[in-house]
Amino acid sequence: MTALAPPERPTVVPAGLAKPSGRRSVTNLAATVLVTLAFVIAVVPLVWILWTVLSKGLTLLFDQQWWLNSQRGITSRREGGGAYHAILGTLLQAAVTALISVPIGVLTAIYLVEYGRGRLARAVSFMVDILTGIPSIVAALFIYALWVTTFGLDRVGVSVSFALVLLMVPVVVRSTEEMLKLVPNELREASYALGVPKWRTISSIVLPTAFSGIVTGVLLGLARVMGETAPLLILGPYSKSINTDLFHGFMAALPTMINQDRTEALQPAVERVWAAALTLVLLVMALNILGRVVAHFSSVRK
Amino acid sequence: MGKRIDVRDLNVYYGTFKAVEDVTMTIEPRSVTAFIGPSGCGKSTYLRTLNRMHEVVPGGRVEGYVGLDDQDLYASSVDPVAVRRTVGMVFQRPNPFPTMSIFDNVASGLRLNGVRNKKRLAEAVETSLRGANLWTEVKDRLDKPGAGLSGGQQQRLCIARAIAVEPQVLLMDEPCSALDPISTLAIEDLICQLKNRYTIVIVTHNMQQASRVSDRTAFFNLAATGKPGRLIEMDATQKIFSNPSERATEDYISGRFG
Repeated sequence: MTALAPPERPTVVPAGLAKPSGRRSVTNLAATVLVTLAFVIAVVPLVWILWTVLSKGLTLLFDQQWWLNSQRGITSRREGGGAYHAILGTLLQAAVTALISVPIGVLTAIYLVEYGRGRLARAVSFMVDILTGIPSIVAALFIYALWVTTFGLDRVGVSVSFALVLLMVPVVVRSTEEMLKLVPNELREASYALGVPKWRTISSIVLPTAFSGIVTGVLLGLARVMGETAPLLILGPYSKSINTDLFHGFMAALPTMINQDRTEALQPAVERVWAAALTLVLLVMALNILGRVVAHFSSVRK
Repeated sequence: MGKRIDVRDLNVYYGTFKAVEDVTMTIEPRSVTAFIGPSGCGKSTYLRTLNRMHEVVPGGRVEGYVGLDDQDLYASSVDPVAVRRTVGMVFQRPNPFPTMSIFDNVASGLRLNGVRNKKRLAEAVETSLRGANLWTEVKDRLDKPGAGLSGGQQQRLCIARAIAVEPQVLLMDEPCSALDPISTLAIEDLICQLKNRYTIVIVTHNMQQASRVSDRTAFFNLAATGKPGRLIEMDATQKIFSNPSERATEDYISGRFG
């Protein structure tokens, strides 16, 4: 058998098939450069921040003390002590915030996507939009006015959580809403056609299908509120000691720990500021990674 | 099993828009009835009124009488959820639940209606998968995700899921339109077996399919876009495809129209 010879390449290409003219190539190149440049500009500050925080704060993190001790009895002049009290405070407040925000946010999203029709749904959706735009300091002042001024209660850990709830609920509502909308209507109909009531369809078909997306949204929302500082400044004064009681006494948190030594020029205090900043960044990053892992393992099976 | 459906003077609306007008027909038990007609003539909409799925759509409502062996399905005391347990449905695109395994998909209808008995579930799953001609293909991988099957297998999985709750009637809305000819043949064979036990109603755009599988055929048409669809003619399939009474039917099946 003889192989077929490939057809000869024509030397003259018809006008419609010719390679782009010089002008189009230049435009293409310019657009590519512009897009790449924009990307680089966006990434530079991120890398810069990470590098600064890492280089200045990393040494303290290798010290076991940092993770196990508080700052009790340690002055700005002295080295030593840790961030245990602040990490604990941040995690506790975030946990309470999530515990309140997730049910409210997820249920609101279910209402908006699965039940909401007409005026009430539009009103709820509008309120969520407004809530999304509220500056954190306004949320904090609102809780202050309610908690301290009106009810005469003390500034404690849980009051911080309430302010954070105001900031987290709209994030959870919006992300859950998007995830529920992604669930194909055909799945709901398939379930209805089996004689499954609506509430069971939502709880057994719609929510599991959207589960990984909802978890990711919740964790991202949580990562966001963990770094919020304004509610802490107004409602959560810093304390150098460990406090696990959300209802009594001042409670430390990482942002307030950073703020505490911010104005100090003494070396031990400055090191602690950077280390606390790095700890906060790592905590937020850990949550983000956790979100991805959960999303990966519970994602809809293919 | 298998019940008769009587429809009298049925009008179907989307809000104020009348989509289907004045349908009266009887669907015989344990037989296959095909609905044919051009796109937009309301045959799918009408099909969905037979198990009260139409009212799931916002603004969807119905006037007239639909009876299942003399029980008015739209009586005020009737629970639409219970109607759908009696009248099952298979959709155009295969839609297995993506979070569930093959076993769980078939068991879903029973489980979500409160059946917990493992032995009973396992029996129902095997019976339904055998009934859907899928058992031999999947019996070794029941714990694998249902979405991993081929399109034709997925559709048979959906049929298995629908018959697992032991309905009286099975509604099929263009069940083969997303499938290749071989899978289509498998589904058609299945329909011919299922009609011994269930009343089957199938909407199809494929007229060969209607003539192959159905005992009776109903032709729907609409006068113009924006006008409601109407039942033009319903008769034995043989008659519809050889010697229809209406001119419009003849034009449609011979391809001279639309």
